[in-house]
Amino acid sequence: MDTYSILRQFADSWVLLAMFLFFLGVCAWAFRPGTRETHDNIANIPFRHEDKPAGDGELPRAQH
Amino acid sequence: MWDYLKLVVFGLVAVFAAYAASQARDVAYLVHAILVMLIGGGMFVYSLRRIGEPKAEKTGYLDAPIRIGVALTAFWGAVGFLVGTFIAFQLAFPSLNFGWAEGYLNFGRVRPLHTSAVIFAFGGTALITSSFYVVQRTSGARLWNDGLAWFVFWGYQIVIVLAATGYLLGSTQSKEYAEPEWYTDLWMTIVWVGYLLLFLGTLMKRKEPHIYVANWFYLSFIVTIAMLHVANNLSIPVSIFGSKSVQVFSGVQDAMVQWWYGHNAVGFLLTAGFLGMMYYFVPKQAERPVFSYKLSIIHFWALIFLYIWAGPHHLHYTALPDWASTLGMVFSVVLWMPSWGGMINGLMTLSGAWDKLRTDPIIRMMVISIGFYGMSTFEGPMMSIRAVNSLSHYTDWTIGHVHSGALGWNGMITFGMLYFLTPKLWGRARLYSNTLVSWHFWLATIGIVLYAASMWVTGIMEGLMWREVDAQGFLVNSFADTVAAKFPMYVVRGMGGVLFLSGALIMCYNLWMTVKRSPAAEAGTDAQAAPAE
Repeated sequence: MDTYSILRQFADSWVLLAMFLFFLGVCAWAFRPGTRETHDNIANIPFRHEDKPAGDGELPRAQH
Repeated sequence: MWDYLKLVVFGLVAVFAAYAASQARDVAYLVHAILVMLIGGGMFVYSLRRIGEPKAEKTGYLDAPIRIGVALTAFWGAVGFLVGTFIAFQLAFPSLNFGWAEGYLNFGRVRPLHTSAVIFAFGGTALITSSFYVVQRTSGARLWNDGLAWFVFWGYQIVIVLAATGYLLGSTQSKEYAEPEWYTDLWMTIVWVGYLLLFLGTLMKRKEPHIYVANWFYLSFIVTIAMLHVANNLSIPVSIFGSKSVQVFSGVQDAMVQWWYGHNAVGFLLTAGFLGMMYYFVPKQAERPVFSYKLSIIHFWALIFLYIWAGPHHLHYTALPDWASTLGMVFSVVLWMPSWGGMINGLMTLSGAWDKLRTDPIIRMMVISIGFYGMSTFEGPMMSIRAVNSLSHYTDWTIGHVHSGALGWNGMITFGMLYFLTPKLWGRARLYSNTLVSWHFWLATIGIVLYAASMWVTGIMEGLMWREVDAQGFLVNSFADTVAAKFPMYVVRGMGGVLFLSGALIMCYNLWMTVKRSPAAEAGTDAQAAPAE
């Protein structure tokens, strides 16, 4: 087979599967249990450091 | 050492550009060589005069390029809308293609000026400016490198100037939304790599443990535009002293690469980048975190996984293989889901704060922008279906669709961003006038409604007229018949443009007066850095 057909076949079988699984993995990762606090913390990032950069060590690293 | 090296580089650029100008084979190249010579020479003198001066202290955030970016975004917006309104009237009244300006200001030359001015000058500057702001605030860190930030900022403006002057002088490689010729493309590549390094460098030195979702969207925009730009601009210059180049791809491959580029410019510049804006500025203006952070993660991955395949829907019923255009169509339809997921996430950020719609015209602007995002991301997948596309393709329906997305979604969210940033960056307590924001809101909204509605009518009419056959199977209408029938809708479209443009001019006035007249913010009010946890 020529290169085009080989690549084409590979792309619409294994690569498609791999990408789809990766995507499902991302969804599972986002919804894994026990992340509510982490995500609430991240969602509040825009409300910190509005006016000046964070000083070293002053940051609320994973404190709730 | 670095200062002296810079001098050498600027000097060499100026000298080489001067030589290139003397050898130039066409007008566009000549003008560009002279421009580059002036910029290089100017930078040489500027750097020379500043040698040995003490360096400014690097504390706090680097906001100076962001301030200039806000002003330039407003400026390019006004210019782009003005040019767009002009060409809208050129279509309605062909005598506006003035004889004395033939070859410079006729529709064919000015149209790419309009598209690039709004997409790349207005939209691109808005994205670079807002990404500089957002990445610093959400990382709690200053931009990685001041010099690089200035280089990226002004380097991109040089791309805009080269592109815009090139179009009027006839330097184009005839690829829609990728018209600039080879040397502008090369320069853009250098600037863009600098942008990527700057953004990554800033993320690397972030003080927050997590990368906020807006930065993911900005990053995907930067990475994908780099990839698209390089692939679609693979060309070989005929001469190093001329602007003409020859594409490496040809035929249907070239068409496919072009629309892979073209649609992902929509997907990653006008969508992903602006979603980055939405995920920062909507929560800020509503003063509450995004509705669901989990949904934003799904939104991001679904969007980037799907968008990249949608390009072939621009090439239904062409030499492109059927499987490829079916693939594009299917992915476009599936794309509807993440788009609406993102829309819901943006809108629901206001849940519990819907009363702000009544009192805050800026949030109103952002909400209607998300509404237009939802509307055009419903219309787009529908138009990508082959049967619908056979009616809509080559008609003004497409133009209407693009503008409900570009004016409604990109325009409105950018206006909201400018209204949000101006008082913040110049230390003002508030905008000069909220009434003027309301005026802008209504002028722009009615303008878009006139624009989109007239283009739906004229597009579907034109599509139906083209396919109408009589009992013997002959076509009923000539092309000129459809052009004549479209006149009233063209005038309405032009009026919509006038309204949208006047709204933008009111915004420019309001922003200017905010900087000049609004009371200064009190020093105490910015101490909201650490919310109670």
